[in-house]
Amino acid sequence: MLKHESIETNSGLLIVLTLVAIGIGGLVEIVPLHYIDSTIEDVKDPQTGVEMVRPYSPLELRGRDIYIREGCYTCHSQMIRPFRDEDLRYGHYSLAAESKYDHPFQWGSKRTGPDLARVGGKYSNAWHTQHLTAPRSVVPESIMPNYPWLMQTELDYSDVGARMAALKKVGVPYTLTKDEYAGWTDEKGQKHPGTVERFGEKVANTLDINRAEDNLLAQAKAGNYDGDPSSISEMDALVAYLQVLGTMVDFSKFDEDYFIQFR
Amino acid sequence: MAHSAVVSSEQYNYEIVKKFAIAAIVWGIAGMTAGVYIASELAWPFLNFDIAQITFGRLRPVHTSGVIFGFGGNALFATSYYIVQRTCQTRLAGGTFWPNFTFWGWNLCIAIAGTGYLFGISQGREYAEPEWYIDLAIAVVWVVYFLIYTVTLVRRNQPHIYVANWFFMSFILATALLHIFNNLAMPVSLLGVKSYSLFSGVQDAMTQWWYGHNAVGFFLTAAFLGMMYYFVPKQAGRPVYSYRLSIVHFWALSFMYMWVGTHHLHWTAIPDWTSSLAAVFSILLLMPSWGGMINGIMTLSGAWDKLRTDPIMMFLITSLSFYGMSTFEGPMMSLKSVNALSHYTDWTVGHVHSGALGWVAMVSIGSFYHMIPRLWNTTIYSSKLIYTHFFLATIGVILYITALWVSGIGQGLMLRAFDEYGNLAYTFVETVTFMHGPLVARAIGGMFFVSGMLVMAYNVYMTITRAKQEEKTPVIAVAQA
Repeated sequence: MLKHESIETNSGLLIVLTLVAIGIGGLVEIVPLHYIDSTIEDVKDPQTGVEMVRPYSPLELRGRDIYIREGCYTCHSQMIRPFRDEDLRYGHYSLAAESKYDHPFQWGSKRTGPDLARVGGKYSNAWHTQHLTAPRSVVPESIMPNYPWLMQTELDYSDVGARMAALKKVGVPYTLTKDEYAGWTDEKGQKHPGTVERFGEKVANTLDINRAEDNLLAQAKAGNYDGDPSSISEMDALVAYLQVLGTMVDFSKFDEDYFIQFR
Repeated sequence: MAHSAVVSSEQYNYEIVKKFAIAAIVWGIAGMTAGVYIASELAWPFLNFDIAQITFGRLRPVHTSGVIFGFGGNALFATSYYIVQRTCQTRLAGGTFWPNFTFWGWNLCIAIAGTGYLFGISQGREYAEPEWYIDLAIAVVWVVYFLIYTVTLVRRNQPHIYVANWFFMSFILATALLHIFNNLAMPVSLLGVKSYSLFSGVQDAMTQWWYGHNAVGFFLTAAFLGMMYYFVPKQAGRPVYSYRLSIVHFWALSFMYMWVGTHHLHWTAIPDWTSSLAAVFSILLLMPSWGGMINGIMTLSGAWDKLRTDPIMMFLITSLSFYGMSTFEGPMMSLKSVNALSHYTDWTVGHVHSGALGWVAMVSIGSFYHMIPRLWNTTIYSSKLIYTHFFLATIGVILYITALWVSGIGQGLMLRAFDEYGNLAYTFVETVTFMHGPLVARAIGGMFFVSGMLVMAYNVYMTITRAKQEEKTPVIAVAQA
């Protein structure tokens, strides 16, 4: 029988047993999340079978980097809980699938400002630009800081391809080769779908790392998010990101309580 | 008395303890001042001054890293190096180089990370904001710390490893585990600062809050219990109340804390089973937490009069009371129904500060007032100033947490209120207007706490200066002779 005295007099034993005690909780809770399939919903368009949640476009990705740089997560959550008041205020509760390409997740822990999980499409680009530059000019009671430098700073997109390549290494389906784009069959005859099949051709084109800069420029030009077509500012990227938040899953294509089965 | 102190300063490496203790006070003032500033930004947003580097979002991690890793970390290095030497009756391992390596390594890491936040270099993970290169450096420093600590334990001149050291060991091991797994990331380039975390979404959230809550559990609790287990009995001049209780609550605390992180993710997209499991363990955790509190407070049994006469004891016992209070509040907030209201509100922020200011800071302050005069082989400059500090700190904490109960519970209730037609009764921004008053009161509470720290800094400065003068006098006499 092990007496506690033997632990108190043996530092090696103390270290080993402490490691066992502190190791178990994390193992039990974290490891299964990587293996249980139902952890993340499989959200496909019921008509086309195309995956609805897609990786961010190059411009949105740079916008997300700016969101992280400015520490937006210290005041805004991106996680709507399944309550009536949140449903009325923000929309359908957040699905796990909606942040499956978020490295890191930005669910947040504090709402000094409102939740942003479905802010996409709720306000115009012009509103966002004005609000980010001077929040109190559109919401007088707001306590958010002004972000005038977003409009004044040109977006640095020189390494957007490298950023996408880093994300590809951690599992985001950005593509480098034709096979990854169009799909391929391995020696065993197993088919691997490419991004075209998974997300549709239009989206697959935006996920191509080789075309990252062109895609970024094209989206910024077509979107003209900050209202100033003469240059691409950090505001363009951030607004592009905010406008896509929560819009990837089209809930009108599903029955109202369809997603309850996954909870 | 004087003789034994001289011997112990040769026997033990006190120089490193002194360095860490001073660094802790400096970081404490810097980190808490940053806290008061960002609290004021929430009350008076013009304080952001349109300067990117000092906006709330960038300054907030400066505050959290400054107080947790700067103040808390340095205080733990100082006290753990002091305690492991005193309780093992042996000199700290690693000569003078390696302990100094941990000092400069640790403090440079925090300084570089903190400066980086101002320029937007952040992983965007709460309490784990330092980017990948800092994380690697911290890992190296931490391994050295572990080795110094372990080798000192192995070289002890006592058959038993004293209970305080169990807690410090558990803190060192857990912090290593949490730090490494939560910071797994892919750098964009080896020459750049940016990285993306290895995990995403649900798995990333789970890992982050496993880390986040155990930063509280081990960094801010287990280690400070180690501090408590040395300084409370020392200051009270009595043995620990129950040896058996210390064994039971040590193992229970070490085991259970690691399960509870997911209570930060109630009602989110994380699978329900993880958050239910976390809630169960959070409730269970009340028992080992209170085991520690009871063991500390009851150590004073038979010497209660010290609470009237000894301001250091007032700090230590008040800290344990706040520890008991916040470890009751925590399990309550981890109930899903309570969490539905409290989550995302200032209630959580208030809860953290009743732990961080009431427990962590106060037990450190009490321990420092005990330790610092002994390190410099002198007495404290002014006991009265310790009283002043105690009242400034206590008023500050109470004002702070009360204000945030009002703000947090108020906002929670407003957000879920419906009018008679079933529509939302309040817009979000109406809750922001409501919170203005409590947020002002909170900032003032923080100011009280910081002014207490300034009083401490003055008191410690005068204590050290006087000790150095006393030391010099005989030396000069010898030189003249």
